[in-house]
Amino acid sequence: MNKYAIYFLVLALISLFISGLVGVLSSFQYIYPNLLKESLHFAKLRPIHVVSSVSWIILAATGIIYFFLSTHTKTKLFSGKLAGFHFYLFLAIGLSIYLSILFGKIGGREFFVFAPLLIIPILLGWLLFAFNYFKSVRQKIVNWPVYYWMWGTGIAFMVFHLSEAHLWLIPSFRENYIRDLVIQWKSVGSFVGSWNQLVYGISIYLMTKIKGDKKLAHGKLVFFFYFLGLANLMFGWAHHTYIIPTQSWVRIVAYVISMTEWVILFHIIYSFIKSLPREKRKANSMAFRFLVAADIWVFLNLILALLMSIPAINYFTHGTHITVAHTMGTMIGINSMILLAAIGYIISVSQPLFQIRKRVIFAYKLLNASLFLFLITFVVAGIARSKWMYANQGASFGEMQTSLHAVYVGMVITGLLVFVGLLILIVEAIQTLVTFVNKS
Amino acid sequence: MPKSTKNILYNQLIIGSLLVFFAIYNLVLYKNGSFVKKQVLSETAIMGQQIWQDNNCTACHQFYGLGGYLGPDLTNVISDTTKGEIYIRNIINAGVKAMPKYHFSEQEINQLIAYFKAIDQTGYFPNRKVKESNYGWVDVVLKDSIR
Repeated sequence: MNKYAIYFLVLALISLFISGLVGVLSSFQYIYPNLLKESLHFAKLRPIHVVSSVSWIILAATGIIYFFLSTHTKTKLFSGKLAGFHFYLFLAIGLSIYLSILFGKIGGREFFVFAPLLIIPILLGWLLFAFNYFKSVRQKIVNWPVYYWMWGTGIAFMVFHLSEAHLWLIPSFRENYIRDLVIQWKSVGSFVGSWNQLVYGISIYLMTKIKGDKKLAHGKLVFFFYFLGLANLMFGWAHHTYIIPTQSWVRIVAYVISMTEWVILFHIIYSFIKSLPREKRKANSMAFRFLVAADIWVFLNLILALLMSIPAINYFTHGTHITVAHTMGTMIGINSMILLAAIGYIISVSQPLFQIRKRVIFAYKLLNASLFLFLITFVVAGIARSKWMYANQGASFGEMQTSLHAVYVGMVITGLLVFVGLLILIVEAIQTLVTFVNKS
Repeated sequence: MPKSTKNILYNQLIIGSLLVFFAIYNLVLYKNGSFVKKQVLSETAIMGQQIWQDNNCTACHQFYGLGGYLGPDLTNVISDTTKGEIYIRNIINAGVKAMPKYHFSEQEINQLIAYFKAIDQTGYFPNRKVKESNYGWVDVVLKDSIR
């Protein structure tokens, strides 16, 4: 076992804690607009929340992949020292990103708000990871299971789309506003697609391990899903930009491709849950629970995502909180549930005597129930905003916001409950992982 | 040929084809040809864009519905008959509601307004002039300035 894999996981959980804390703090500014507005205003808090959320997913996925490569797959991690260098590099970058935001030295772009110069060490980190990963999985492996393809794809496309997101630094690129805006959102959409490859690959790996059935990662259906995900990553980003004046073919390609998304993933997880014997469910209790939750969230998000991908509906939902509901549902409901399932699995295989405490079950239930209500508040706020945008009877933006006060209060309360649920899980997971590292 | 080798070749062929399509797709996208009439930001507008980014205005505001939701979308704020340039000049340093009190100089405000004017020329948001057609498709109505 590579200790840096666990370090990545602890760092990821700390990022999740910061994300939740800052998310709650910034949501208070919806109901108390003057709160901290001259010191820690929304333009500072929101990027910290976004960067921390993305860091949670990327660091956790990286740690889990390192753990599986060094412990559980047929491969041997090519270089543990390189993984260590990767960890300390990302730790230094993380601290630099927070400092760059707090001191206002920023790039000011959605998702990539940090100082643009920091993209150089970030790319270096990904290239190191790519080198270590491909060197590891090339050993003795003839017929790659689908998760190897997915992890490799995620890492390679991460490098590409992180670079693409910074094309605006070229002056001739930046001066064409519409092109710049479209490529910015193309890179953001595909950046998300890249980490989805890492996370969905982890979910398939987990299913094969829990069920003890290698076929799950080799079947035709699972490879069909992989190619579909890859096509979505490449061409399905444009539902972010339906309303921007680009040429129609860009939007038509995205429309067709995005209609296919997630159906297969839902099918795979559902079939897995249905076919898993009871004793195996019990043995991997926490991992199994989180995978069940992820499956339910895939189903709920699928409905929203498919609706939002239809241009005639996207027309009304774009630019409203319904987009946030979709983002939160995906990041917390699907990505985080899969990553927490993997962390639960790592804990259970590393410490066979580990007993799940009652408060973990409570936190799991609280997290899922409050997340559902949290997303409802975003949908309600989104519908109201859309109504204001397209059927406005002369009300100002401020009046519309004031009319939504009760909904925003609900958003803050349910958001707080989501954070409490996450906090209990974070504390439990960190305590267990640190004990594990100390013992070994 | 063993089945596993056949499968590997098959997978590599699909990935290779997708990558070729992707490369062509990107090349076309990066060229101006895939977009409506080229809109070039002036030097002043680019300086305004830099001020926008340096202050992370996108955390609260949006262009074309993309950005944060605490503040309003500003795509057409400059041509909005109820807002416009004078409104922006008055509100930008005032610190209204959740917006902090900025201290932009006259020159910086002019640069930001040049940026808003340039964006306003590129299209509408919310675009109330779309044409809905069959199969859930929507045709965006373009501004005369970018046809």
